[in-house]
Amino acid sequence: MRGVDNMREGLRNRIRRLSAIIQKEAIQILRDRGTLVMLLLMPVLEMFLFAYAVSLTVDHIPTAVADASMDAQSRAFVGALVASGYFDIDMYVADETQVIQAIDEGRVKAGIVIPPNFAAQIERGEAQALVILDGSDAASVSSGYSAANAVAQSWAMGLTVEKVARVGAASLGGDISLPIRTSTRVLYNPDRDDMIFIVPGLIAILLQVMTIGQAATAVVRERELGVTEQILITPARPIELLIGKMVPNLVLAVIVMLIVVLFGIFWFGVPFKGNPWSFVWLSLLFIISGLGLGLLISTVAKTQRQARQITLLFMLLCMLLTGLIYPRQPMPPIVKAVSNLIPATYFVRIARGIITKGVGLSFMWADVLVLVVYSVVVVVVSALTFKKRLD
Amino acid sequence: MDEQVVISTQNLVKQFQVKDGAVTAIDGVTLQVRRGETYGLIGPDGAGKTTTTRVILGLLTRTSGQSSILGHDSMRDTYRIRERVGYIAQQFALPGDLTVMENVRFFARVQGVSSAEQRRRIPDLLEFAGLSGFTDRLASRLSGGMKKKLALACSLVHEPQVVLLDEPTLGVDPVSRREFWNLLGDLRRERGTTIFVCTPYMDEAERCNWVGLMYEGRLIAHDSPGKIKQMVPGRLLEFKPSDFVPAWRLVPDLPGVLEVQTYGAMLHIFVDDPDRRGREIEAALAAQGITCEGMREIETRMEEAFISLIRKQSAGASDAA
Ligand SMILES: Nc1ncnc2c1ncn2[C@@H]1O[C@H](COP(=O)(O)OP(=O)(O)O)[C@@H](O)[C@H]1O
Ligand SMILES: [Mg+2]
Repeated sequence: MRGVDNMREGLRNRIRRLSAIIQKEAIQILRDRGTLVMLLLMPVLEMFLFAYAVSLTVDHIPTAVADASMDAQSRAFVGALVASGYFDIDMYVADETQVIQAIDEGRVKAGIVIPPNFAAQIERGEAQALVILDGSDAASVSSGYSAANAVAQSWAMGLTVEKVARVGAASLGGDISLPIRTSTRVLYNPDRDDMIFIVPGLIAILLQVMTIGQAATAVVRERELGVTEQILITPARPIELLIGKMVPNLVLAVIVMLIVVLFGIFWFGVPFKGNPWSFVWLSLLFIISGLGLGLLISTVAKTQRQARQITLLFMLLCMLLTGLIYPRQPMPPIVKAVSNLIPATYFVRIARGIITKGVGLSFMWADVLVLVVYSVVVVVVSALTFKKRLD
Repeated sequence: MDEQVVISTQNLVKQFQVKDGAVTAIDGVTLQVRRGETYGLIGPDGAGKTTTTRVILGLLTRTSGQSSILGHDSMRDTYRIRERVGYIAQQFALPGDLTVMENVRFFARVQGVSSAEQRRRIPDLLEFAGLSGFTDRLASRLSGGMKKKLALACSLVHEPQVVLLDEPTLGVDPVSRREFWNLLGDLRRERGTTIFVCTPYMDEAERCNWVGLMYEGRLIAHDSPGKIKQMVPGRLLEFKPSDFVPAWRLVPDLPGVLEVQTYGAMLHIFVDDPDRRGREIEAALAAQGITCEGMREIETRMEEAFISLIRKQSAGASDAA
């Protein structure tokens, strides 16, 4: 009887402690108006920035064509490229060398090389065309490469895209060639409405940066101020402190997620094709992994400054590596390996899968599984690093 | 266990691992704090007071020796200790973006105080700490002295039998310091709370009924303040020489002079017979053309006793070496 009473009392105290910690964190988040407003406005602001950046997409790229076939099919293919609006044919030249020369001299920014017997190859389904892009102009590379891919897709042919740095013919041997068969961006984005792709990715990046930053600075700030020791001496258990820090930030992250999604749907007209509930559950999972990662960072960072710098580094990595802006396929293996360590890499795919493509879990179970394992690992590890003593 | 002993350590040692070896912060400390006592752990910065307090509370692991509080081993019964003691850390901060009331309520709930008990206790506690008029003020907006009082209120909200206060008057003006010590006096009288205070201020030691003098990780003396002062042989003369350095060089060699300490522009001299030696010192200095201003006998204070004990300690250490 006494044992049961003790257990009940123990549980009651545990709930009291947990709710006290959650309430304290919540009050602190709500009192820090500046940070709160920024956290809630940032997503909207960034969406506008992206929308604006997207409208700067380069089209009417000056292009040179070397058509060795000069048959109906090759002319139709070039016609399709022009019709896409991305390519303006400025000159016809004899061969690939002259195309590269034209790019080198800065007269064009792209070149299309069509081999002989194009029509016959199309018949056999093994047509190859080469699109050469001026590597010194990142904007025309990405626009041109998406557009060329889209056209090639509809022609059901292989396409080789090559980047040429405008540095003269001598160094051309070292050029990076990008034999890319498809580009998801173009495949699922036939109307070139980039927001449909940007919004899901943006949710991932924003949530990632926010959760890491919030969790890391919340812990480091208390340690810096000297609050940690004063709370450590209470009976609050490490796991309660951990959960207490996570819960209010989790709620905040969900609110930000909803803001971005609703803004994307109602302002930018992004259709939400998949199941909203699976999206909510998976974002919770993703948010937990981010908060766990932030708590882990707090064990490394000594000062708030350091915590912010590490968060900033993550933001940069997220922007560059997770596939939000740059496709991941052409990345060198080591860069890909680094990107595999960022939870957002998986969630960018999941978010696009659910929102843009409307696919079910069965199409992305691998990403979900990785995210589950990731969350469990970071939360367990950070719980273990939340010690009950100072040393 | 002896019901009367609230805190006890036996040959307590704490070493910190640093880049080039180990720092011994506590070097074999044995102390006992009895129920209802106000125990002052006194010593200069770096003596090891904070480390001792943290080890007793189980906030740091110990390297060797024993330590317990309220009969619970510091290392084993971590949470039972945390439910039963109050503590104000040296560089403490309470969440500054919470109000006074929110802070007290936070610590009450974390300590498992029921809502009914909170309603009963908190108003009294805030009244006691003189914070009743400031319940809605953010903790960060309180003055230094009020912050300390709030910390005290928070550390008392679960009515602990013992509180450990690590330099609670650090950075506080003299008036607030006095107020704070008056609160501690009330606490001891009204509730019988055992109080363990760390402080570098010798005058605060006089407010304790037992003091431990800590120096370089060791407890070099522990007794009542009166007894500690009696540990220094001789009686104390104070005066201001017109020429300080020569006087300071000359006096130690005079007959009957046991020890010389400097105190600002004054000299503090322990002698066997104050009347006789006072005249002799004046005469000896006058022969060198030095006049003595305000020669008088004063009570030995904790400060002089402490300096004297430290000197003997280091002299003993260098003899042994
Ligand atoms: N975490 C630590 N790591 C290394 N050395 C420490 C640490 N904490 C305290 N010390 C050292 O232990 C000694 C005692 O410090 P402390 O207990 O803070 O003294 P006090 O509180 O009396 O000023 C000092 O020499 C200090 O430098
Ligand atoms: Mg200290």
